[in-house]
Amino acid sequence: MWDAFLKALLFQSGYNASLVAIGAALLGAAAGSCGTFLFLRKRALVSDALAHSTLPGICVAFIVMVLLGGTGRNLAGLLLGSAASAGLGVFVVHWLSTRTRLPEDAAIGAILSTFFGFGVVLLTVIQSMRSGYQAGLESFLLGSTAGMLFEDALLIAVGGALAVLFVLLFRRPLALTSFDPEFASTVGVRVGAMDLAMMLLAMGVVVIGLKIVGLVLIVALLVIPPVAARFWTDRVEFVMLLAGIFGGLSGYLGAAISASAPRMPTGPIIILVGAAIFVLSLVLSPRRGLVVELRRRRRAQARLLAGWPVDPQPDAASAPQACVRGHLDPSR
Amino acid sequence: MGAEFVQLSLTPLLIAVLAAVACALPGNFLLLRRQALVGDAISHVVLPGIVLAFLISGTLATGPVLLGAMAAAVFAAVLIELVKRVGKVEPGAAMGVVFSSLFAAGVLLLEQTDTSGVHLDVEHALYGNLESLIWLAADGWHSLLDPAALKRMPTELFRMGAVAILIAVLTVLFWRPLKLSTFDEGFARTVGVPTLLVSFALVVVTAIAVVAAFDAVGSIIVIAMLICPPAAARLMTNRLEVQVVWSVVFAILSAVGGYVLGGYGPLWLGSEYAVSAAGMIATVSGVILLCAALWGPCRKRIGEPVAS
Repeated sequence: MWDAFLKALLFQSGYNASLVAIGAALLGAAAGSCGTFLFLRKRALVSDALAHSTLPGICVAFIVMVLLGGTGRNLAGLLLGSAASAGLGVFVVHWLSTRTRLPEDAAIGAILSTFFGFGVVLLTVIQSMRSGYQAGLESFLLGSTAGMLFEDALLIAVGGALAVLFVLLFRRPLALTSFDPEFASTVGVRVGAMDLAMMLLAMGVVVIGLKIVGLVLIVALLVIPPVAARFWTDRVEFVMLLAGIFGGLSGYLGAAISASAPRMPTGPIIILVGAAIFVLSLVLSPRRGLVVELRRRRRAQARLLAGWPVDPQPDAASAPQACVRGHLDPSR
Repeated sequence: MGAEFVQLSLTPLLIAVLAAVACALPGNFLLLRRQALVGDAISHVVLPGIVLAFLISGTLATGPVLLGAMAAAVFAAVLIELVKRVGKVEPGAAMGVVFSSLFAAGVLLLEQTDTSGVHLDVEHALYGNLESLIWLAADGWHSLLDPAALKRMPTELFRMGAVAILIAVLTVLFWRPLKLSTFDEGFARTVGVPTLLVSFALVVVTAIAVVAAFDAVGSIIVIAMLICPPAAARLMTNRLEVQVVWSVVFAILSAVGGYVLGGYGPLWLGSEYAVSAAGMIATVSGVILLCAALWGPCRKRIGEPVAS
C-alpha cells in the first residue's frame, strides 16, 4: 500500500494514473483560486446549483450528437452542453432572487433540484434510445478517471490554466467586488461584470471538473480550499494563493491515494483529502484555530480568577481598519 | 383505470404524494427562516448514515437505517454549527464544507463495502426506486378491501403514511410557536416560546421527513419537495396559513403530475419505455415554481410595484 502510494506520488504507476494525478492537481489549483472570490462574496453555494444544473445539458448534448450520427461520447461536445445548461441554471437563480421575493438560498435549492431532476429524466430517455445502448453518462455524477485520455487531461490543463490566469489578472477588481460592492462601483469597478466573471470562472471549473470529480461533489473543491486557506491569512492574495495550493494538493494526493489501492473512487478521495486539510486548518491555525482559541480562553479565565484585569481583545488595536488594501476584516 | 393501475401505479403514486406532502410542510418554515438549504444538506449526509448503519447492523431493516440516518443528520447539524462558531465561517460555506465532505465519505464507504447482496448504491440514493414499489398482490380496486392483499402492500407506503400524518399533526399542534419564532424570534422569546428548541425540533422533523422519503423516492424528490412547493406558495400569498395550504396543493400536483407524465407520458408520445418518475416529479415542481414566479399575485417583494 505504501509502496504503491509512493510510486503514484512520483508518477510511476502507469500512464493513466500519472495523467489523472496531473489533471487532478491542476483542477484543484484552479478550483481553489476561483472559489476564493465566490466564498468571500458569500455565494459559495451558487456553485452547487451550477454543478447540478450541468446534467440536463450533458444529456441534451449527448442526444443531439447521437441524432447527428456520432457516438455521443465526444468530451468537448458534452462539456459544451453542460456549460450551456449551467449558464441557464445560474441565470434563473439570479432572476429568481432579484425579480421575485424568494431569497437566494431558496432559488439555489429550487434550481439545483429541478435541473438535476430533469437531467435524470433525460438519462432514462437516453437509456431507452437504443436497446442496450450504454452511454455511461452516469459517470459524470461522481466522476470516473478510468480510461482518461490524453486529450481530456489537456482540456483540463488548458482550461485550468486559463482560469488561473484570469484570476491573477483581475484579482484586484474581483477582491474589491467581493468585499464592498458599493465602494467598488464608486472607484469604477464594474460590479455586474465582475459578478458575471466569478460565475463564468466557477462554471469553467465545474465543467472541466466533471470528468474527474463529478457534478455532485465538485462544489466541495470550490468551497473547501478557500475556507481552509482563510484560517491562515487575512490578505486576499494569500488566501487565493493558499487556496490554490490546498486545492492542488488535494487533487494530487487524492489521485495518488486512489491509484494505490482498489475500490478507491478518485473524486470522493480528493474531497476527503481537502476535508482533512480543512480540519487541520481549523484546529491548528495560529490566528483562529481551535487550539489557540482554547488556550486564550483558559488564560482569560485564569486571569479573572486571580483578580487581574482581562486582556483587551488581542489584535483589536493593530487590526486593519478597512479592507481597501486587500485586508480582510478580522471579524469575518 | 382497472386492475393494472391498482397493481402497478396506485402504491407508487400514493407514496409519492405522501412523501411530497411530508417534505413540503416543514419546507415552508425552512424557507421563511432562510434555511432552505438545510434540507439539501441533510439529504446528502443521510447517505453515510445509512451505509454505517448497514455496516454495523448488517441489514437494511427500517429501524437501524432510520437510526443511522437520523444520527448522521444530527451529527452534521452539530458539525455545521461548530464550523460556523469556531471558524467564524459564513453559514453557506460551512454547510458546503460539511455536507460535501460527509457525502464523499459516504460514497467511499459504499465503494469499500460489499453491498452486492442488498439494494444500496449511489444511484438508488439519488433517484430512489419509486417504480419498483408495486402492489403485486392486488388484482383490482376490490383488493383495497381484501385484508390478505392489504397485508402484502409495500411497507414503504405505511411508513411514509405514518410519517406524513405525524408531520401534519405536529405542524398543527405546534403552529403558534412555529409561526411566532419564524417571524419574530425576539418577540417569541419574550412571550415564553423556547425558540432554540423550536428550531432544533424543526431540523429533526425535517430529517425524519427526509429519511423516510429518501428510502422510497430518492433524494432528488426530497430536495425538490422541501423547496419548490413552499417557494411557489410563497409567491401566491402573504398569509402563512394560505401559503401552507398552497404548498400542499402544489406538492400533490407535482407528485401526481410527475408520476403520470413519467409513467404514461412517453407512451402517449409513442415510446415504449417510461422515464424516471422521481426526476419528472422534481421537474414538474420546478415548472410550477416557474409559473408562480411569472404570474403569482405576490411574486414581488413588498413595496415593489406588482406590475412589471
